[in-house]
Amino acid sequence: MAEMTLERIRELLDAVVDPEIPVLTIAGLGILRNVALSDDGSVLVTITPTYSGCPAMGVIVEDIKAALGNAGVERVEVETVFTPAWTTDWMTDDAREQMANFGIAPPDAVTSTAPTILCPQCASEETKTISEFGSTACKALMVCSSCLEPFDYFKAI
Amino acid sequence: MSPVTTTAPLATYLVRHADDNLIIGQRLAEYISEAPELEEDLAIGNLSLDHIGVAMHLYQYAASLGGAGITADTLAFLRTEREFSNVLLVEQPHVGFGDVIARQFFFAAYQTLLWEALVSSCDETLSGIAAKALKEATYHLRHASGWVVRLGDGTDESHTRMQAAVDGFWRFTGELFESDALVDEMVLAGIGVDPARLQTTWETRVSTVLSEATLTHPSDPYQATGGRTGMHTEHLGYLLAEMQWMQRTFPNMEW
Repeated sequence: MAEMTLERIRELLDAVVDPEIPVLTIAGLGILRNVALSDDGSVLVTITPTYSGCPAMGVIVEDIKAALGNAGVERVEVETVFTPAWTTDWMTDDAREQMANFGIAPPDAVTSTAPTILCPQCASEETKTISEFGSTACKALMVCSSCLEPFDYFKAI
Repeated sequence: MSPVTTTAPLATYLVRHADDNLIIGQRLAEYISEAPELEEDLAIGNLSLDHIGVAMHLYQYAASLGGAGITADTLAFLRTEREFSNVLLVEQPHVGFGDVIARQFFFAAYQTLLWEALVSSCDETLSGIAAKALKEATYHLRHASGWVVRLGDGTDESHTRMQAAVDGFWRFTGELFESDALVDEMVLAGIGVDPARLQTTWETRVSTVLSEATLTHPSDPYQATGGRTGMHTEHLGYLLAEMQWMQRTFPNMEW
């Protein structure tokens, strides 16, 4: 087996995506908190849930184990931490861009008091909320007043 | 000796709050597909998931402090009615959408204050779970408050129904702020919060929304109690029968 480096493990983990928004990696979303490689070759991956009841967490744990296991890492442990609590502010700029291209309006900064949510279809600022809860816990349902298309907004929390 | 209960005081404290969340999560799940519009079905499904997620984390933590064989699943699916310690509010059944909203409104207003206080718990795991749950509860309260106003200040019919729902659940709100020896012990240890000190703020926030909704503040002086000691209303047994059916019928089954 080729020598595993922390760098190589991080590369492998870049292939792990959110099963509900498959254009986003867990690293880009800020779900991946830490990766540790022990001298004996075992890997400890630390993740944090987006929402308490996020049904994707189980799949993410399995995907992490599969991604590393398939590359020859024999001992992989995935640990879930709650502190500090996940925030959309951890999302990378790349992730936000990919999210917008995918048709989901990315979250504004948590501290923003009057967020401007752009329509991911036509970039109009004239948008309004239809429902505080969208297709998943992390999204709200919006509609664009210019192009009339409904779209998901990733809520800032 | 029951193999499914825990005895450590912290575990008992965690299970109380887990029970509150699991039971309201189950109640919300019952209503999915009955909401007045599709968006609300999605919202209610998401609210339910948030609550069940919080319950799962609290049960897992409690189980880790307990004896062998105790897991989040045994706590959720193998305890009997009298072993559940949730407040009576969350087990109350609903008929219409206004009931679902009123119950959620009172409970979310309480939980935002509870989690906010528990963020400062000296127990790091509980504090972490609280920080996460606080973000969700804040959203829940905003959602429920919006509907209380929309229905209360809506048509004559929606106003009447919303008023009836608020009046109906009011008698179950006093229990949210009760203390007992366990709470005192947790407060003394810097782990828990005395719910009595949340009541004034809760009352202010609730009153503000009720007046904006043009609803009359309930004045029923009778307040029910007993959930924390396992003395439930008749509704919990039916809820558990449905929720635990699979595990009781096929013991040790896993997904």
